[in-house]
Amino acid sequence: MKQHYQLAVIGAGPAGLAAATVAAEQGIEVAVFDGQVAPGGQIYRAMESIPQHRGSQLGDEYQRGRELVSAFRASSAKYFPETQVWSLNGRREIGLLLQGQAHTVTADQVVICSGAIERPVPFPGWTLPGVMNAGAGQILFKAHGIVPDDGVVLAGSGPLLLLLAWQYLHAGVSVKALLDVTPMINHLYALPRLPRALLAGHYLTKGMQYKRDLKRAGISTLHNVRSLRAQGKDALQSVSFLHRGREQNLETAVLLVHFGVIPHTQLGRVAGCRHVWDESQLCWRPQLDEWGRTSVAGILVAGDGGGIGGARSAEHAGRLAALQALYALGTLDRATRQRLARNDRKWMREESHIRPFLEAFFRIADDMLQVADDDTLVCRCEEVSAGQIRAAVADGHRDSNQVKFLTRCGMGPCQGRQCAEAVSHIVADASGKALQDIGHYRQRPPVNPLTLGQLAGLHSEKTE
Amino acid sequence: MFKRLDNPAQNSVNVTINGQPVQVPEGETVAAAVLVHGLPYTRTTPVSGAPRAPFCLMGVCFECLMVIDGIANQRACMVQVREGMRIECQQGVGELLS
Repeated sequence: MKQHYQLAVIGAGPAGLAAATVAAEQGIEVAVFDGQVAPGGQIYRAMESIPQHRGSQLGDEYQRGRELVSAFRASSAKYFPETQVWSLNGRREIGLLLQGQAHTVTADQVVICSGAIERPVPFPGWTLPGVMNAGAGQILFKAHGIVPDDGVVLAGSGPLLLLLAWQYLHAGVSVKALLDVTPMINHLYALPRLPRALLAGHYLTKGMQYKRDLKRAGISTLHNVRSLRAQGKDALQSVSFLHRGREQNLETAVLLVHFGVIPHTQLGRVAGCRHVWDESQLCWRPQLDEWGRTSVAGILVAGDGGGIGGARSAEHAGRLAALQALYALGTLDRATRQRLARNDRKWMREESHIRPFLEAFFRIADDMLQVADDDTLVCRCEEVSAGQIRAAVADGHRDSNQVKFLTRCGMGPCQGRQCAEAVSHIVADASGKALQDIGHYRQRPPVNPLTLGQLAGLHSEKTE
Repeated sequence: MFKRLDNPAQNSVNVTINGQPVQVPEGETVAAAVLVHGLPYTRTTPVSGAPRAPFCLMGVCFECLMVIDGIANQRACMVQVREGMRIECQQGVGELLS
């Protein structure tokens, strides 16, 4: 493989596909590195291989990915699927692992399109086999046509949960119940943001249509659910919760949970990009300018990895980042960059109207974010409980890194992907400090696993 | 727990799951295959020995670490099945050197 590219795009979801396509059109050397076997990211996963009937069960938003993927395939961008990026630094050296072989390449410009992950919200029993993310359920459905075979329970909050219930309905999957944990008080907070959201009214109409369809199909939806708890010895057996002041219990082998999505920031943080706490989206995100430039020269972030905007918005952000990269490379002059950006800026603005409303409407209750139950495991890998984290704070450890050093939370295989946000919330709550001051775990490479043998055999062609 | 909606694809591969021969559609990930197979867990934790199973299926939770063809600590959701593949549950930290 070549050792240097003018532009490296990391991730082949909507942002990465759009960025690579636009940049390649201008004749520069573009490489796209992605962990999956085919382009599309999680949102348009399996776009090229999905049987037609399943594609239509997924709804028309999914079909949008087809254009993106085929434009990308027709472009001159060099595509590296099944390629794990395990490192990135301020000199724009990228550590890659493909076919069991480690490589490093450099790039003049790097656009990180790492996308989103589902917000991990620890609750009692969430580590039991049988409890999975709703996104995982959707991936099984999209990529493999696999569904729960008996009365699945869906729980949590946010558009994806509703969408999955609707998709299951159309695929004939039996949904035992949809437990909505969105606090009722959110309606009040979201109300002032409704007029602006109406500018993107098609999203609201779609959401209402899903709700109507589910109701008509007789799927039981319980609102304002609290104290969610997964129960079982070695695997999930039942889900208990409070509804209208009454404790209820549902037997199920599969519970799919969803609490919204947050940016996947691992790679930007290892590269040293400055990150800030976003109080509306309740997550850490990289600090970006209007083109997606981070605090590190030549490194940009586009799409949900830079803050949640959704798949459509990610496309536009990808193109804007590519235009900026082309400008930095000297391929486009300033005036051309501005002119080509105009359309994407306009559409990005349109897409942004719905966000403040969604963020307020689907905001997770503080007691869930702060993991009220002391016995609940927060760090799944190192098995550190909320109580242990609070004890560390009481001992005088007042930021994420100090708590990590003391308790090992965030030091396991997932490297804090699943516990960082929850730890921030717990420490902020217990110490009375602002979330921005709690900080995030310090991130170091490798951000994806490779063996010592692979590292020792690091292959770096010195041909150029 | 999980089932395939469509008829099994014409192309399938032969793998073993904990020693048991299983036919799996080509293109499926190891994690998807073991979920349909009904494996109760994919690994036990190094700390308490608790059973764990796939959680995110997109490579970010590291709960589906399995021993695949003798190599431990593989994310089953990021690996596609191949003819003759040996898939095994991982106990604790797994073999570090193999």
